[in-house]
Amino acid sequence: MTIPADTAILSRKARSWTLVAGLALVGLHLVVALLTLVWTPFDPTELAGRRLEAPSLLHLAGTDRLGRDLLTQIMIGSRIALTVGTAAVAIGAVLGTTLGLLAAFASNWLDDALAAALDILIAFPTLLIAMLVVAASDGANLSTAILALGLGLSPIVARLARILAKRVLLMDYITAARTSGTSWPAIVRIHVLPNIWPGLSVNLALQFGLAVIAEASLSYLGLGAPPPNASWGRLLQEAQGTVFSAPIGAITPGIALVSLVIGINLLADGLRERNDPARSER
Amino acid sequence: MSLLDVAQVDFAYGRGRAILSGLSFVVEEGETVGLVGESGSGKTTLLRLALGLQRPSGGTIRFDGAVLDPGDRSSMRQFRRQVQVVFQDPYSSLDPRQKVGAIVAEPLRSLRVSGDHRRMVEQALDAVGLDTGMVDRYPHQFSGGQRQRIAIARAVVCRPRLLLADEAVSALDLSTRLRIVELFKSLGHTMSLLFVSHDIGAVAALCRRVLILEKGRIVEVGDTAQVLSTPQHPYTRRLLDAVPRLAFGETP
Ligand SMILES: Nc1ncnc2c1ncn2[C@@H]1O[C@H](COP(=O)(O)OP(=O)(O)OP(=O)(O)O)[C@@H](O)[C@H]1O
Ligand SMILES: [Mg+2]
Repeated sequence: MTIPADTAILSRKARSWTLVAGLALVGLHLVVALLTLVWTPFDPTELAGRRLEAPSLLHLAGTDRLGRDLLTQIMIGSRIALTVGTAAVAIGAVLGTTLGLLAAFASNWLDDALAAALDILIAFPTLLIAMLVVAASDGANLSTAILALGLGLSPIVARLARILAKRVLLMDYITAARTSGTSWPAIVRIHVLPNIWPGLSVNLALQFGLAVIAEASLSYLGLGAPPPNASWGRLLQEAQGTVFSAPIGAITPGIALVSLVIGINLLADGLRERNDPARSER
Repeated sequence: MSLLDVAQVDFAYGRGRAILSGLSFVVEEGETVGLVGESGSGKTTLLRLALGLQRPSGGTIRFDGAVLDPGDRSSMRQFRRQVQVVFQDPYSSLDPRQKVGAIVAEPLRSLRVSGDHRRMVEQALDAVGLDTGMVDRYPHQFSGGQRQRIAIARAVVCRPRLLLADEAVSALDLSTRLRIVELFKSLGHTMSLLFVSHDIGAVAALCRRVLILEKGRIVEVGDTAQVLSTPQHPYTRRLLDAVPRLAFGETP
């Protein structure tokens, strides 16, 4: 029905390139994240070298201001980012989609009320909601950060899910399903979810990127995972004071963050193209 | 006893104005009835009531003698096997993410019809003139006319006794339209048909009897040939004048 203009003009070749590049970037982070479970170049808390060493064969990304190996911390940061992104997006997706569908099915006044509530919630940045949740809980840790980000994302997902679902519910195939005796729960499962998923998944990938960045921001503000969880945000914060004398400490976590976010978005775009029956064979 | 018996039905959406008022008509077993009326006269609304998707605010609708009660699940399941519908827009009526086989089989699965579903789907596709090898394709691979055939296959797969068609040929080009009208004609031998259309030519070709609907009221009922040649009600005359005379090529 609606074909986003930006993807429609991409050739098939360009689309498969999107998928390959996305897979490569995300795959790299995934492999690194899994690897850190069994091996890292150094112990993340070990003072393995002098302070603020430049990159060398021993410390490929140099060392931080305490002399800990930076590559080790960035690798662990991958694991934290993937964990936080996946878990927060999963929470946001389930909560948001449920809420959005409820609103789409609700009677007029309830739908209006929910839509207004969502608009108000969305006016608060995800990060702000997450900060409030963390502040209200009994302390900064990884699961609080995940829950906070998931809650923060859910209104955005809900609003989109509501709009997409309302559009699907107007289709004649929904009426045909009803006259075919299909129950409402089955209609949601068979028709609504598969038809809102393409639009939703692209947004969820975007949210994943935002969640990773927001986690970095929470950590940067000291509201994320406490040490020794080497979140990229904390690395950036720690590198802040020495950014002119040893810029590598700020550059490498930044590159890691950006590469994961771009990778996720490429992957989502590529997957969506591939899974759309109307476009897979042209 | 008539197959479909609509008696003194009133209807309004929410607290809005009356869309249908004091509407009465019957469709007999095996009969093909046309329903003609200008845009907004309430044709789709009437079909929604006849499908049990909406409750009348007054009057009763009976199917095969029993009052239609959308709240009664088990009787509705029986009812849905016997009354099916085809819509106008062959694009919005098929789920783009389902294969043809799944689309046509949906009533069989949802209504828990016993028997070999695969074979029944193939028979339905065959009945509407589609190759049975198409079950693994997606709707986007078909033309508008073929899509309408798929929608008709879904409607007839559980062998209903009454088929409702809401402008089912209006979105098609002329030659496709003629072929789909022919298809409805052949289906009319095995089931009753309530055929809603702006296309008076199609109604003339298909239906022995016709109902003329104006603003939610039936203003004229009768033998199609007679109503078309000597319309009694001024509204019918206006309606017919709006149609090019060329369209009345065929009579049943
Ligand atoms: N969901 C709805 N809520 C409120 N009013 C509605 C709704 N659907 C239809 N109406 C109104 O009911 C009247 C009859 O609509 P209906 O769709 O039944 O007409 P129709 O004869 O099928 O027209 P068309 O030939 O254009 O399809 C119209 O005035 C329309 O505005
Ligand atoms: Mg209509």
